[in-house]
Amino acid sequence: MMGMWIFLITEIMFFGGMFFGYMIYRYFYYNAWAAGSQHMDFWWGTINTVVLLCSSLSMAMAVRSAQLGQRKSIAVLSLITILFGLAFLGIKAIEYHGHWIAHEFPGSRFQWEGPYSNEVQLFFSFYWAMTGFHALHMVIGVGLVSYIAWHGWKGRYGPHYYNPVENVGLYWHFVDIVWIYLYPLLYLISHQRVLG
Amino acid sequence: MATTAVAAPERENYLNKQYGISSWLLTTDHKRIALLYLVTITLFFFIGGFFALLIRLELLTPEGDLVLADTYNRLFTMHGQVMVFFFLIPAVPAVLGNFLIPIMIGAKDLAFPRINLLSWYLLVIGGVLMVYTILAGGVDTGWTFYTPLSTHFLDSHVITAALAIFVAGFSSILTGLNFIVTIHKMRAPGMTWSRLPLFVWANYATAIIQVLGTPVLAITLMLVALERIFNLGIFNPQLGGDPLLFQHLFWFYSHPAVYIMILPGMGVVSEVVACFSRKRVFGYRAMALAVIAIAVLGFLVWAHHMFVAGMSLYAGLAFSLLSYFVAIPSAVKVFNWTATMYKGSISYTTPMLYAFGFIGLFTMGGLTGLFLACLGIDVHVTDTYFVIAHFHYIMVGGMVMAYLGGMHFWWPKISGRMYPESWGKLAALIIFIGFNLTFFPQFVLGYLGMPRRYWQYSPEFQVLNVLSTAGATILAVGYLLPMAYFLWSMRYGKPAPANPWAAAGLEWTVSSPPTTFNFDETPVVTTEAYNYDELPEVPVER
Repeated sequence: MMGMWIFLITEIMFFGGMFFGYMIYRYFYYNAWAAGSQHMDFWWGTINTVVLLCSSLSMAMAVRSAQLGQRKSIAVLSLITILFGLAFLGIKAIEYHGHWIAHEFPGSRFQWEGPYSNEVQLFFSFYWAMTGFHALHMVIGVGLVSYIAWHGWKGRYGPHYYNPVENVGLYWHFVDIVWIYLYPLLYLISHQRVLG
Repeated sequence: MATTAVAAPERENYLNKQYGISSWLLTTDHKRIALLYLVTITLFFFIGGFFALLIRLELLTPEGDLVLADTYNRLFTMHGQVMVFFFLIPAVPAVLGNFLIPIMIGAKDLAFPRINLLSWYLLVIGGVLMVYTILAGGVDTGWTFYTPLSTHFLDSHVITAALAIFVAGFSSILTGLNFIVTIHKMRAPGMTWSRLPLFVWANYATAIIQVLGTPVLAITLMLVALERIFNLGIFNPQLGGDPLLFQHLFWFYSHPAVYIMILPGMGVVSEVVACFSRKRVFGYRAMALAVIAIAVLGFLVWAHHMFVAGMSLYAGLAFSLLSYFVAIPSAVKVFNWTATMYKGSISYTTPMLYAFGFIGLFTMGGLTGLFLACLGIDVHVTDTYFVIAHFHYIMVGGMVMAYLGGMHFWWPKISGRMYPESWGKLAALIIFIGFNLTFFPQFVLGYLGMPRRYWQYSPEFQVLNVLSTAGATILAVGYLLPMAYFLWSMRYGKPAPANPWAAAGLEWTVSSPPTTFNFDETPVVTTEAYNYDELPEVPVER
């Protein structure tokens, strides 16, 4: 357990570097950041947030089931968690596709009608990097929860041994919290149309 | 442990318990993993040293005549990257820490033995990537990867180098994680925090830095790689990015990294000085708090590498002041080691000679660090050989000496053999002389204005450069000697008793070399760490 907490602290430092860069540039280029944020799909982002919160609920319930040794519950709740996770990733894929065809991917592909083109590109750099690393961690998380689902079904966990379920639960909640921070920072900057 | 008076079959220990390559490559025994690390980092020491040799050869003459300027850039970059990430950062923690920490706290192994093995494999994989980078032509950014040079203006193998370091960084993170959990959770009964050997405290502080700092380097290198691949602009002023952002992120790790490199060495010195003064370390509590203070304060000073980078003057003032603060716990340690020796019964054994060397040379390096922390002086000497001399005094004069001192001190425990003491002393002396001859002239050179990272220089600097190169060759000889006689001792050295130095500490209560699980029964600790007044005064092995 302690090992997992320490690992999560390293993950905070890892994501923290990107958050730090984001904050610096948001301070300097607020208008560009606001403009970029307005091109996020508010509804998909909000739905994704709800999806992840529900997945954390099912994960927490799975941990409880493990503590009580309820084989079927562990497996079912883990599967529900996985389904929510996959839903998140699916929605993310839809969003990414939307941004891609709108030329909102940084680099040679990038096109932007409006002012602050370079700075908006910076915003999207952060968007893709931060959500990309988050999605990568989600994929790993889905893998870990699958492991729990499988072994939970086989009856490995019970009051005598539920450590791995707790650890995976911790990891999953952490990935959820990262999204809780990402969502307002990327999707909710401003809804005032900022011009000039 | 059965004490047989028979000379015939060797007692079972961690070395002879199993033979065969897979018993080594798939081991989870922390002692075997420590030896795997030993081989790996020694190899990288050779590689990094090879680059150093070429640098010093080029600098024998003022003209750039040995290599092209671009090649020279690659030489000093690879020297730095290999030495920092593949030798210094792993050295004491991964070799001595891995071997000793479980035994010192009375445990059978680390908390996560398989993660320990994974850490080693990560270092190897990172190392392979780094060797690939070298063979493919290397990187010429300087070990610091400054942007936008590294992201937009060079076509060298920045990404593979960054990836190599990224992977090696996870080796470091996992080792740190392992140590923290082990020290928290696996101490034997009676081994309270205030009874821990200072070596354990030092590695604990190091582990905290590894865990908190290295991930920031990881993400920074990732962003550099992404910037190169996708032409992002996060660090590119032409696209609204800020090169200073890179420097802040980079140094946020890389300054604490230097404390990762030095703190374990300080732990070694505490153990050696106590043993060869036959005295408890003076001010145990202050020493333990000092390593924690260094770890914490070390996170607050990173921008002293950026005084002339275009940062605000007020930021410079703040970081300068904080850098002065971080010197205080280091000074406390130096004073306490000295006080430990006062009225002690000193033996001038090889480990003790290295400890003396450390204390003196680390002090010089640390004081010159204060020169650099002073804004007015820094403007004059930054990016000159003064800085190079400063950090080599600490990393080579300090850390490498502490590492060698620790290797000599614990060699009997690790290998079950004594190294030849006279050769040990000779090598220590050669290293000390070679080191000072190499690096002291560099202080003068820097003060006189010779810039770093230049492959040619003004002719009036030549004499000092020649002295420096001469010193480097002497230093090289000094380093080769221990490698030779350690290997020799594995076959021909005198078999070592459990406690050849009559030292205090749980590691000296187990056999030399230890058995795979260290202790037959979990020890119960009832005394403080350096109970030298209770131990018999036994003459030290000569």
